[in-house]
Amino acid sequence: MTYEAGSYDVIVVGAGHAGVEAGLASARLGAKTLMITINLDMVAFMPCNPSVGGPAKGIVVREIDALGGEMGKNIDKTHIQMRMLNTGKGPAVRALRAQADKFTYQHEMKKALENEPNLTLIQGMVERLMVENGECKGVMTQTGAVYSSKTVVITTGTFLRGEIILGELKYSSGPNNQQPSIKLSEHLQELGFELVRFKTGTPPRVNSHSIDYSKTEIQPGDDVPRAFSYETTKYITDQLPCWLTYTNEETHTLIDNNLHRSPMYSGMIKGTGPRYCPSIEDKVVRFNDKPRHQIFLEPEGRNTQEVYVQGLSTSLPEDVQQKILRTIPGLENVQMMRAGYAIEYDAIVPTQLWPTLETKNVKNLYTAGQINGTSGYEEAAGQGLMAGMNAGLKSIGKEEVILSRSDAYIGVLIDDLITKGTNEPYRLLTSRAEYRLLLRHDNADLRLTELGYKVGLIREERYEKFLVKKQAIEEEKNRLQGIIIKPASEVQALIKSQGGSELKDGIRASDLLKRPEMTYEHIQKLIPAEGTLDPDVTEQVEIQIKYEGYIEKSLQQVERLKKMENKKIPENIDYDAINGLASEAKQKLKEVRPLSIAQASRISGVNPADISILLVYLEQGRIAKISAE
Amino acid sequence: MEFDTIAAISTPMGEGAIAIVRLSGDQAFEIADRLFRGAGGKRLKDAASHTIHYGHIIDPKTGLIAEEVMVSAMKGPKTFTKEDVIEINCHGGLISVNRVLQLLLNNGARLAEPGEFTKRAFLNGRIDLSQAEAVMDLIRAKTDRAMNVALGQMEGRLSKLIQKLRQEILEILAHVEVNIDYPEYDDVEEMTHHILMEKSFYVKKEIEKLLRTSQQGKILREGLSTVIVGRPNVGKSSLLNSLVHENKAIVTDIPGTTRDVIEEYVNVRGVPLRLLDTAGIRETEDIVERIGVEKSRQVLKEADLILLVLNYSDELTAEDENIFKAVEGMDVIVIVNKMDLDQKIDMERVKELSKKHKLVTTSLLEDKGVDDLEEAIASLFFEGTIEAGDMTYVSNTRHIALLNQALNTIDEAMQGVEMGTPIDIVQIDLTRTWELLGEIIGDSVHESLIDQLFSQFCLGK
Ligand SMILES: Cc1cc2nc3c(=O)[nH]c(=O)nc-3n(C[C@H](O)[C@H](O)[C@H](O)COP(=O)(O)OP(=O)(O)OC[C@H]3O[C@@H](n4cnc5c(N)ncnc54)[C@H](O)[C@@H]3O)c2cc1C
Ligand SMILES: Nc1nc2c(ncn2[C@@H]2O[C@H](COP(=O)(O)OP(=O)(O)OP(=O)(O)O)[C@@H](O)[C@H]2O)c(=O)[nH]1
Ligand SMILES: [Mg+2]
Repeated sequence: MTYEAGSYDVIVVGAGHAGVEAGLASARLGAKTLMITINLDMVAFMPCNPSVGGPAKGIVVREIDALGGEMGKNIDKTHIQMRMLNTGKGPAVRALRAQADKFTYQHEMKKALENEPNLTLIQGMVERLMVENGECKGVMTQTGAVYSSKTVVITTGTFLRGEIILGELKYSSGPNNQQPSIKLSEHLQELGFELVRFKTGTPPRVNSHSIDYSKTEIQPGDDVPRAFSYETTKYITDQLPCWLTYTNEETHTLIDNNLHRSPMYSGMIKGTGPRYCPSIEDKVVRFNDKPRHQIFLEPEGRNTQEVYVQGLSTSLPEDVQQKILRTIPGLENVQMMRAGYAIEYDAIVPTQLWPTLETKNVKNLYTAGQINGTSGYEEAAGQGLMAGMNAGLKSIGKEEVILSRSDAYIGVLIDDLITKGTNEPYRLLTSRAEYRLLLRHDNADLRLTELGYKVGLIREERYEKFLVKKQAIEEEKNRLQGIIIKPASEVQALIKSQGGSELKDGIRASDLLKRPEMTYEHIQKLIPAEGTLDPDVTEQVEIQIKYEGYIEKSLQQVERLKKMENKKIPENIDYDAINGLASEAKQKLKEVRPLSIAQASRISGVNPADISILLVYLEQGRIAKISAE
Repeated sequence: MEFDTIAAISTPMGEGAIAIVRLSGDQAFEIADRLFRGAGGKRLKDAASHTIHYGHIIDPKTGLIAEEVMVSAMKGPKTFTKEDVIEINCHGGLISVNRVLQLLLNNGARLAEPGEFTKRAFLNGRIDLSQAEAVMDLIRAKTDRAMNVALGQMEGRLSKLIQKLRQEILEILAHVEVNIDYPEYDDVEEMTHHILMEKSFYVKKEIEKLLRTSQQGKILREGLSTVIVGRPNVGKSSLLNSLVHENKAIVTDIPGTTRDVIEEYVNVRGVPLRLLDTAGIRETEDIVERIGVEKSRQVLKEADLILLVLNYSDELTAEDENIFKAVEGMDVIVIVNKMDLDQKIDMERVKELSKKHKLVTTSLLEDKGVDDLEEAIASLFFEGTIEAGDMTYVSNTRHIALLNQALNTIDEAMQGVEMGTPIDIVQIDLTRTWELLGEIIGDSVHESLIDQLFSQFCLGK
């Protein structure tokens, strides 16, 4: 039996990290949105690390915030500690990381969904999509409810035909013993989607009471209050520490001796796991010359004794896990509360998506998050935001948005996925971005607020504040560029005290700031600004002036890229009709269907000659049209 | 990519003694002007369109004259590409056009890709629709040939050196990345400015070394590595001298005069040769000579072309036959020398041994037959029988330009380190160096950095 259950602009399937951003974005920009998820108690659940941010990922959280997303605000409200990473390095690679109270994180996120006026949140298991003539018109659940909509976003994470593997045990399940999503996976295949099998894993959790912390090193949060969101004004000061300990020879021998019981090595696991999250058995085998590996003990929240054992992801049998834990200093008497496990699941091959995250196969259908072959909460959230935004925009007849590689890490992430595909769960790394000096933690708002405002995800008040900040930065930069600092004695003294060489002549304040030993604060002492400037403003002034040369270089590269980006390839291009394209290139181009020459040139297997030929062909098309007119 | 100024040699190799270097693009006049000294002191950038100028190409670094040239200056749109075009006519054959091209590339021009002039002509509306198809075929064909070259290089020594250097840079990059992406990770030492300086310095030295060998040995002078072999006293050193038109090697009537390998560079009818005169091959007791003989055998293996010399006035010996065996399967020209003396050699047997090889007779003493020999060398080259020289020629121009750019970027990286710029920013230049080196061997895939990261370090939760 089926029944008509209602009609919406947008339906979001799943309420994980991708789903919540998708639902909120779509609702906030004015589309009537329905969210359906398997279990309402598991909204924004963290099946692995109770942690948000880190290098690259932390910058994604800032970008999400600049585009009006929720992740940053939510973690600001619910973290147990926060740290700024890479403070000793350049501004391009600084990033925030927070340890989450994973339970309050879920509760606060659920609250945000429930309080969103345009959003309806319900429990249900989606089994089919309503597809007519290649267009998605809604979804159907296990109970026969049919919801219709203009667009649909699927964000089902690791649930598609999920299978948990723990030692010799293997069973059908979603993460953390939730109900898996089997029918939907089969249905996607019926619709013609190509699926791949990926794998990931998680470490055991242990009881804090049974840990001897005196044998470990403390890892406190920063003393300075930190926040991801540009809107956060209330800071959490009461932080919990994490703890560091190490594996040892005994641990490794134990693992070696039990490898035959590991599903990784017995061939039971077939899915491709990520190289950057190897299990402890992997680490011991591949790097067997290492005498020890780091183990971080991370509290899962303020109201729980469960501690996450970072560094010990494993799918070895439960009894072996127990023994491994007890070889580690501080964990000699530890009580394991949950065993670690691996999970295998289906993901769709992401080259089947347009850059908007709409599928090529089925119109008005979008996918986001781990279903697209990524891994990680932030990667999921970033895609969720973009897919929700675009599904929402499309449903109300507005133009969709594509972030480029020079706009945001989110742009890099999506472009990599849809252009190159991935043969392992994809994780963002700073090295994936070619313009990372432009894609900084500190300037996410300068990069994206304008866009967020334009699509209706940034409210007026915040936008006004943003404009004020932007103007203050420009004014202060102009001021420093306009003032000449003379080689007066107090100036020379200050420079000398910083180990610099004395001035021979007057120098522009901005040029003096470019010297490696000088900071904005020094300059400020010599030529104080009127009134006090916000630290956010002076940080921008300092970075923008100090690294001007490098920033300029990156911008020039971006300019060149833009030219190629502007050479659009029509969607209906017939690659078979183009003489001279190498057959591998032809096949790849047909698969990816790039929208611009720049995108085409990033496809592996498409070489410069193919690009030249493509350019000539496009030009030919243009001329043909002109002569036909 | 679309709007920069491109340069390439536009005369098909091997056609006549005059070769043309063509420049096209907005900056064609400006770039040529930087190198050209007109006879009347006239500046090229002020030249009227469609005029021809006589003068010299100067190397701006040294201020020395590089070539004597005729330059045609043509302003767009009445040109082949519809852009500003400069054509530089050189006389000196391949070596001199190559030198001019190199100077242009060092002064702001980019080496044109295969078919790129034609492509521009088309994109600028100079060629009509029906010709477009032909352009695409052209691009394909030329690229395939370039690919063969790249592949040929992949196996070469240069490519091994570059791969090794790239691997070292990659390890530095991966090291920096690990520090960034896994800051809490404590068993990777932090990359410091000091280490980075040391490593960059090393990279720079290596690139300079590559450039030096490319420039001296390979581009300006290298072409076919051509080895003169034969028994002692047959006239090998005399042959070298007459091809070089100078007395470079010592000639005496004492067998065993040449004891080490002598190297000379010469341009024979536009074909660049690296001539190697060797110690005569024979069994010998003399230690020094024996070492020389050993070396002769070695250089043989690396030769593109063999000039095998026999003595007309002496009987064929077992040693001669052995030499024939040693060069089997290689490109060989057989030279029977000392024709002015009485015949003792069995010419029928010589012909038999020579098989398909060209056979030339000479009297180096009387300077006879040298023309025939030069002709034989040139035709082998231009018929395409010998490929090695062609390949190094094509790729050299490109790779020197890229090596020069790589040198600039590593310099910038080092300046950054000196200034105390954060390492992750200095890395931008280092990455660029790595990419440029990759372009030389046709490999610039970003993914390998990530591969390196995870194979070099043990990371993860
Ligand atoms: C065991 C394990 C280990 C992991 N390890 C790591 C790691 O080491 N590093 C890392 O970066 N990331 C790791 N992750 C991944 C990280 O948890 C995910 O990338 C992230 O949660 C993905 O977010 P998502 O929104 O795409 O999916 P999820 O957070 O999984 O959310 C999926 C949502 O879809 C809902 N849903 C599924 N099917 C249906 C359906 N048919 N109908 C309705 N609702 C449905 C679910 O109820 C859920 O709300 C791990 C995940 C697991 C399970
Ligand atoms: N008559 C005559 N003598 C020649 C001719 N070519 C070379 N000679 C003489 O032969 C002698 C040996 O010549 P080289 O050129 O030194 O011979 P080579 O092969 O280099 O000898 P080694 O270095 O000793 O192996 C010299 O005296 C030359 O003058 C020729 O064509 N005719
Ligand atoms: Mg000699």
